[in-house]
Amino acid sequence: MRNLEQTTQEVLELATSHFHVATGSLAPGDDFFKKLGIDSLQALELLSRLENHFGIELPDYEVQGVSDFKTLAERIQSRL
Amino acid sequence: MLDLSRYQSVGAALQDALDAFAEELCLIEADREREKERLTYKDFKERALPLARALQDSGFSAGERASIIMTNQSKWLISAYAVFFCGGVLVPIDYKLTPDEQWQLLKHSEAKVLITEYPIWRQLSEAAGRIEAIELRTLLVTEVPANVELSGALRWEEFRGAGEPDFVSRERKDTACIVYSSGTGGRPKGCMMTQENYLEQCVALTSLYPFWPGVRYLSILPTNHAIDFMVGFFGPFICGACVVHLRTLRPEFVREAFPKYKITYVSLVPLVLKNLQKGLQARFDALPSSKRKVFNALVTINKSLTKGRPRLGLSRRLLKQVHAAFGGELRAIIVGGAFTEPQTLQFFYDLGIPVANGYGLTEAGTAITVNNLKPFRADTVGKPLPGMEVKIVDPDAEGIGEVTVRSKTVMAGYLHDEDLTREVIVNGWLKTGDLGRFDSNGHLQLFGRKKNMIVTEEGKNIYPEDIETVFESLPVKEFCVFAANYIWPQRSMVGEQLVLAIHLEEGQSFADELRTEISARNSRLLNYKRIHGVIVMNEEFPRTASLKIKRNVLAERLARLDRAAAVLPL
Repeated sequence: MRNLEQTTQEVLELATSHFHVATGSLAPGDDFFKKLGIDSLQALELLSRLENHFGIELPDYEVQGVSDFKTLAERIQSRL
Repeated sequence: MLDLSRYQSVGAALQDALDAFAEELCLIEADREREKERLTYKDFKERALPLARALQDSGFSAGERASIIMTNQSKWLISAYAVFFCGGVLVPIDYKLTPDEQWQLLKHSEAKVLITEYPIWRQLSEAAGRIEAIELRTLLVTEVPANVELSGALRWEEFRGAGEPDFVSRERKDTACIVYSSGTGGRPKGCMMTQENYLEQCVALTSLYPFWPGVRYLSILPTNHAIDFMVGFFGPFICGACVVHLRTLRPEFVREAFPKYKITYVSLVPLVLKNLQKGLQARFDALPSSKRKVFNALVTINKSLTKGRPRLGLSRRLLKQVHAAFGGELRAIIVGGAFTEPQTLQFFYDLGIPVANGYGLTEAGTAITVNNLKPFRADTVGKPLPGMEVKIVDPDAEGIGEVTVRSKTVMAGYLHDEDLTREVIVNGWLKTGDLGRFDSNGHLQLFGRKKNMIVTEEGKNIYPEDIETVFESLPVKEFCVFAANYIWPQRSMVGEQLVLAIHLEEGQSFADELRTEISARNSRLLNYKRIHGVIVMNEEFPRTASLKIKRNVLAERLARLDRAAAVLPL
């Protein structure tokens, strides 16, 4: 099973490819709304990609108020 | 539809609706592809009455307040009806606020009952602000996993009383709901909406966009929002229509819901509507050249045939695939909560999908004007609804002035704030703070705001005062948050942003350290509440005798600066 560090890394890689940003430009503590310049709907699209990748279901409420990759990875980790 | 002129209260009208449409489908609730609930009006009543009985047994009585903090789902509406049945005042609170903000509004509203969902309760119970809401007597939580200890809260599903509850009648002048239009960080604006406000607004709206048994309304906007409360609960119920709830707002499941449930109406905020537009446009652009030519020709034909009014049957035949993607039964998309750009409205209308755009604010009882589609006008927010008197005050040379409203739908006032009520309701006229003018056909056009606030594309009202607490003790001499358009007025209601004005200490510079500190504090705010830039001032902020910042005077001073140069990005 993945540890939190691996999960975080995979979240960053997926966000990098989904939003076509330069490799290595995202960090765990980054605010994804600000760093990627995305809105709440685009954040939901990213969640769907992450669900498919990790094979989990992440209810909307689990990510309510979450805006950084690290916390997002923690929420995913708790469901792996 | 029930004749609402016969009723004194929302609860009484709903009570009759549940009997009048007993066998009709009332609610569908789905979570992703799984359907969880399908209730008739009879089923709804059977779920709600034992809850009402239990509330009464717990001492909940007429005029007391009960708050709901839930995502859109059947238990929201069942709980709301039970509260109205008991003669209670409903306090719907936005589930997207932070737990501390929610506690703050619970305290301000003096709610005695709170009904919420387990994930929300989990966050509420861990928040520091919990201690503040001391008036809460009963706390009901839905969908609690087995073996979880709720420390004083009760499971909604088990909170059932035996025997018939007693219906408590209310009068038209009584408060039905307290709806917070803003004020989570500063001065809470709890709009006291009367029974009459809702009864009259419902009559006006359904005269333009009617519901009937068989109509299916997809409820996506939060039900605590005035629009969804009206067109996703009260309106459909008194007409025997069906409300469809989705437990997720992922775009892919929302898209699937249209054909799956044969949706008739949906309400969206501009952000979601634009997202739909983007998705459709991408699909059109991906068509092979020959097919795209045919498609464009069909759109052109549709445009010319629907110039004067929508012709749904015709549009559905002409642009069959587009309409099939929306289920083939969609009559209109209602868009509200914020200003929508005309090109987005026109895009959908050209496809034969009418978009009912309008203009309103919670204080006015949801909608003030709505596009009646006769003909469709993307450049306006429509004509005043029946029963609405709308006046432009102090118009300039171009006829643009403040929009004011008088109607039976205007709120009674702000809870615990008579001063603010007197400021916004003058001689019975509600001052909206928005700037507009009527065109020669009686359509209202909007041209920005007079007030210091912004409305996001997600339909969120943000007042600068509400977010200032996050910058308290910032290492600067003084600071103040503004809506950029309040300082530099724009004739636009889109792309509004907040800015932070700071006055540095003597010898202090706007160094990286300070910029980082501001960014860190900014990120504590929900993403739609964040400031977009900083203005550095080199003079004392003007203050009143009681040392409050004179915001209007400061804004006038800032206005002398060049906006592009003065606002430093974060």
